[in-house]
Amino acid sequence: MSDTTESGPMLAADGTPLKQSLARALRRQKMRALLLIAPLLIFIVVTFVIPIVSMLFRSVENQIVSHTLPGTVEVLEEWSGTDGDELPPEIVYQNLYIDLFKAAEAKEHTKLGTRLNYEQTGISSLFRTTGRNLDDMGEEWQDPLEDIDEAFEEADFWYSLMSGTGGEELLEERRNQWAALIDEGMAGDIGFTLSGEIAEMLPWTARAYSDFAIYAAIVDEDVVAEEEPWEAVYAALGMDLRSAETLDAIASYSGAGADPLKAAVANIDQLPTITFKEAFADQDEDWLKLENWQAIKVYSPDYTTGYFLNAIDMEKGIEGIQKRPDNQQIYIMLFQRTLIMSLIITFSCILLGYPVAWLLANLPVRSANVLMILVLLPFWTSLLVRTSAWKVLLQQQGVINEILVWLGFVDDANRLILMNNATGTIIAMTHILLPFMILPLYSVMKTIPPSYLRAAKSLGATNWTAFWRVYFPQSVPGIGAGSILVFILAIGYYITPEIVGGTDGVFISNRIAYHISSSLNWGLAAALGTILLAVVLLLYWLYDRIVGIDNVKLGG
Amino acid sequence: MALTVQVQSPSMTGFTAPMTAAFSAMFGFVVGNAFGNPWIGLVIGAIVGAGLAFALHALPLKRGQGRLVSIVAFAIVGVVLGGGGGAVAGAIIGAVLTWFVYWLDSGDYRKNVPIYYTAGQTLWHNTFMLICGLIFFFLIAPLIPVMWLSFNAEDFFTFTPEMLAFKAEGYSLKHYRDFLGTDEWMVPLKNSLIIAPIATFLSVSFGTLAAIGLSQSHVPGRQAIMAILISPMIVPLIISATGMFFFYAPLGNWIEANLGLSQAFVGYVKVILAHAALGIPFVIITVTATLVGFDRSLTRAAANMGANPVTTFFRVQMPLILPGVISGGLFAFITSFDEVVVVLFVGSAQQQTLPWQMFTGLREQISPTILAAATILVTISILLLATVELLRRRSERLRGLSPS
Repeated sequence: MSDTTESGPMLAADGTPLKQSLARALRRQKMRALLLIAPLLIFIVVTFVIPIVSMLFRSVENQIVSHTLPGTVEVLEEWSGTDGDELPPEIVYQNLYIDLFKAAEAKEHTKLGTRLNYEQTGISSLFRTTGRNLDDMGEEWQDPLEDIDEAFEEADFWYSLMSGTGGEELLEERRNQWAALIDEGMAGDIGFTLSGEIAEMLPWTARAYSDFAIYAAIVDEDVVAEEEPWEAVYAALGMDLRSAETLDAIASYSGAGADPLKAAVANIDQLPTITFKEAFADQDEDWLKLENWQAIKVYSPDYTTGYFLNAIDMEKGIEGIQKRPDNQQIYIMLFQRTLIMSLIITFSCILLGYPVAWLLANLPVRSANVLMILVLLPFWTSLLVRTSAWKVLLQQQGVINEILVWLGFVDDANRLILMNNATGTIIAMTHILLPFMILPLYSVMKTIPPSYLRAAKSLGATNWTAFWRVYFPQSVPGIGAGSILVFILAIGYYITPEIVGGTDGVFISNRIAYHISSSLNWGLAAALGTILLAVVLLLYWLYDRIVGIDNVKLGG
Repeated sequence: MALTVQVQSPSMTGFTAPMTAAFSAMFGFVVGNAFGNPWIGLVIGAIVGAGLAFALHALPLKRGQGRLVSIVAFAIVGVVLGGGGGAVAGAIIGAVLTWFVYWLDSGDYRKNVPIYYTAGQTLWHNTFMLICGLIFFFLIAPLIPVMWLSFNAEDFFTFTPEMLAFKAEGYSLKHYRDFLGTDEWMVPLKNSLIIAPIATFLSVSFGTLAAIGLSQSHVPGRQAIMAILISPMIVPLIISATGMFFFYAPLGNWIEANLGLSQAFVGYVKVILAHAALGIPFVIITVTATLVGFDRSLTRAAANMGANPVTTFFRVQMPLILPGVISGGLFAFITSFDEVVVVLFVGSAQQQTLPWQMFTGLREQISPTILAAATILVTISILLLATVELLRRRSERLRGLSPS
C-alpha cells in the first residue's frame, strides 16, 4: 500500500493506464463474442436471408422482355399505344423480326411468350407459331436474292462483304445483347470483325449478320467464314434495300461484294414488296391485335409492379392501373379467406387452450406434468401424421361419419362433408396448432399467484367476478403471445390445407406453391410471398413488442 | 385440536339415483337412436340408470366386483343388440355408468373442491373438468384410429366390419411389411436418416457456438443479430421454401457445371443446408435459455486453476449446458425429419424424404402403408418426448432447482 503512485492516472499491472487496459479488455471480449457468432451469422445470411431477399427482387424483376426483344422495346417507346386503334409502325415489326429470329435460334422466344401470357392470354401461342415460321419469312427474300446473283448463296461472299474494321462498337453491343438473352458470358473470339462502312450503309444487315456471327462462333463453335448466314440476314438486306439512303450509298460503294449488291439494287423489282407488318399478320392475325402490343409495351421496362398488381387483382393497362375483370379476381379473396380462417383457427385455439392451460397451471405439479405429456405428444408428432389422422377421421367413409351413421344421427345417404372444404381445414389446423396456444398461455398463467384469486374471493367477489376482474386481465399477455404465434403459423400453412382443404379450404400459400410448381409464374409467386412476408413481419414486430423474442419458450 | 368436518353421504333417492338416471338417459337416447326410436331409449336408459344406482348401493359388493358385474352385464346386452362392436360399446357404457354411480354415491365428486362450495359451484367445477377432459381427448384421440387402422388387413383407409368385430382376419401386419420391404418407403427413410442427422449436426455446432457468443456480456447489436438468427422460425415455411427454391436451383446448376459434382450429391447438400438453416433458431433458443442459468463463476474458477478456454469449455461449460444442447438438437432433428415444403421445393426425386412420400401418398391416397409409417413416427416421437423430459429433469437437478 505504501508504493501507490501519488499522481497521474491509475495503472494496470502491466503499466498501461487502467482506463486503456479496461477498454482493450472490453474490445477483446466483444471481438471474441462476435467471432463466436460470426460463422452462424454468415451461414444464416447466405442460406436464408439472401434467398429471401432474392425472392423479393424476383417479384419486381422483368428483364426478360427487354433482353429478348431489345430493339423492339427501344422503338416501341416512340409508340404511345393510346392513339385510337393505331398499330405500331413498320420499324417496330422490322425490329421484332430481327429480335425474334435471334431468340428463336436460341429457343428463348417461348419463355418470353409464357411470361407475357400471364398478362395477355394468347401471346404464348402467338410467339410459338410465329417462331416456327420465321425461316419461311426470311426465304421470301433469300430466294429472289439468290436468283439475282449466285454470290448471295456463298458464305465467302457474305463474310468478305461484312468484314472490315470500324464496326467494333456495334459488334460489342450485339454481343452484350446475346449475353443478356441467354445468360452466358458469350466471351471469346468470334473470328469476325464488322466493317464500319457496311454498318453505316446496311444497318439492318450489319445487326443481323453480327448476331449470326456471334452465335455461330461462340455457341455453335463454327467458323463464321464457312457458314451460310441465317435467313434473317437476307430479310435484313431486304429492309435495307427499301431505304433511299442505302440505295444511294450502294451506288457509290466499291468495296468487297459491291457487284452482287448493285445487281440486287438493279433488280429490286424482283424482291417482295410486302411489309413486315403484313408478313407477320400472314403468320398470325394476332400481330394486328392492339392488346398484344399494348401488353408488350406495358411490360417492357426492366422492373415492374405488374406482379404485385396481379397479386391484388389489379393489372397494368396501357392507360394506367385498373381492376382485373371480375372472373379473374381471386387473390384478394384468397388473402381474405386466409386471414379470416386464420382468425377463426386462432379463436378456436384460445377457446380450447385457455381451460386446459388454466387446469395445467393450477393442478399440483405432479399431475400437471402427466397431463402436459398429453399436450406435448401431439406437439412432437409429425405434422403429416396428424394430418393423415384427420383425413382418416373426416372423410366421408371416415371414423366420425361411420360412428354418426351407426348411431343413427346421420342418414347413410347424407353423410356429413367434413373434408375438402373450409370445415376440414379449420378442424385439423385447430388441432395441430392448439399446443402452440397452450404452451405460452401456460407459462404466463404459471406466474399468476393463486393467492390473488383467493384474496378477491375473500373480499366478496363471486367466482366469476374474481376470474374476470382479477385473473383474466393478468392472463391476457399469454393470450396475446399464443394468438400471434398461432396466427403467424396459420397464415403460412401449406400442407394441411392442401390435403384436407379441397378447393374451398385452401390458403394463399397453396396458390404460391401452385405458381412455383405448376403454372411456373414465379414472379407472381414471389409477389404473393412478399405480401405474406410483410404481414408476418408486422405481426412478428407486434409479438416482439408484446412478449419479446427472448421470451419464446419451447415445450415448457 | 383438529377441526374435522363430517361429510354426509349424499342421498340416494334425492341425488344419486336421479343424477345417474339423467346421465344414463343420454346413453339411452343415443342407443335408442341407433335402433330407430330415441325417446323409448331415453326412458329405458333413465330406468336402467336409476336401477343401477339402487342396485350398486344396496348390493354388498366391493367396488371392483360391482364394476366387473355391471360391465359384463352391459357387454352381454351389447352383444345381443349389436354383435362384437356392441359388446365393446356396452362394456364402455357399463364402465362409465358404474364409475359415475360410485363417484356420486361415495361423495368423491366433492373431493377436489373446498368444503364450503355450493352445489352449483361443485357442478361447475366438475363440468369444467369434463370440458378439459374432452379437450385432452380432442388432442390425443385423433392419433388412435391411425394406429388402429395401420393393422388393417385391407388396402383401405377405413374400418372394415371384421376390424370392428375384432376378428383376427381383419388385422394384419402387411402394411408394416410393405413399409419395411419396399424401396418405395425404404429409400425415403434412408434419405430422411441421411439428411436429418447431418442438418442437425450443422445446426447444433453453429448454433451452440453462436449461443455462447450471444450470452457474453458485451455483444454489439445483440437484438439485431438475434432477430436474424431467429428469422427462419418466424418466416412462414412456404416463403422460406420459395426463396430457397429461387436461390438454390441456379446455385446447384452452377456447382454441377463448374465443380463437376454429381447431381445427387449437390441435391443432398442443398436440402441439408436448407434444413440446417431451419433448425438453427431452435438450437439458439434452447441453448441461450440454458446459458441464462449458467453460473459464470464456474468458468472463472476453472481459469483460475489454470485451464485454458478450450478445456474450460469442454470440461466445465459443455457438460452443464449439454441438456439444452441436446434438446435444441432434438428440435432441430424433428424440424428436419418432419419437413416437407422445403424438400419439395429444393430437392429432387432423389432426395425424397419420408414426409414427402407420405405427402404424395396422402394427396393421391395410394395405400394405408402411410398409416404404418405414421404409427412408427408416433412411436419415435414418444421416445423423443421421453428423452426431452428426462433431460429437462436432469438439467433442473443439475442447476439445483427443486425437481418438484
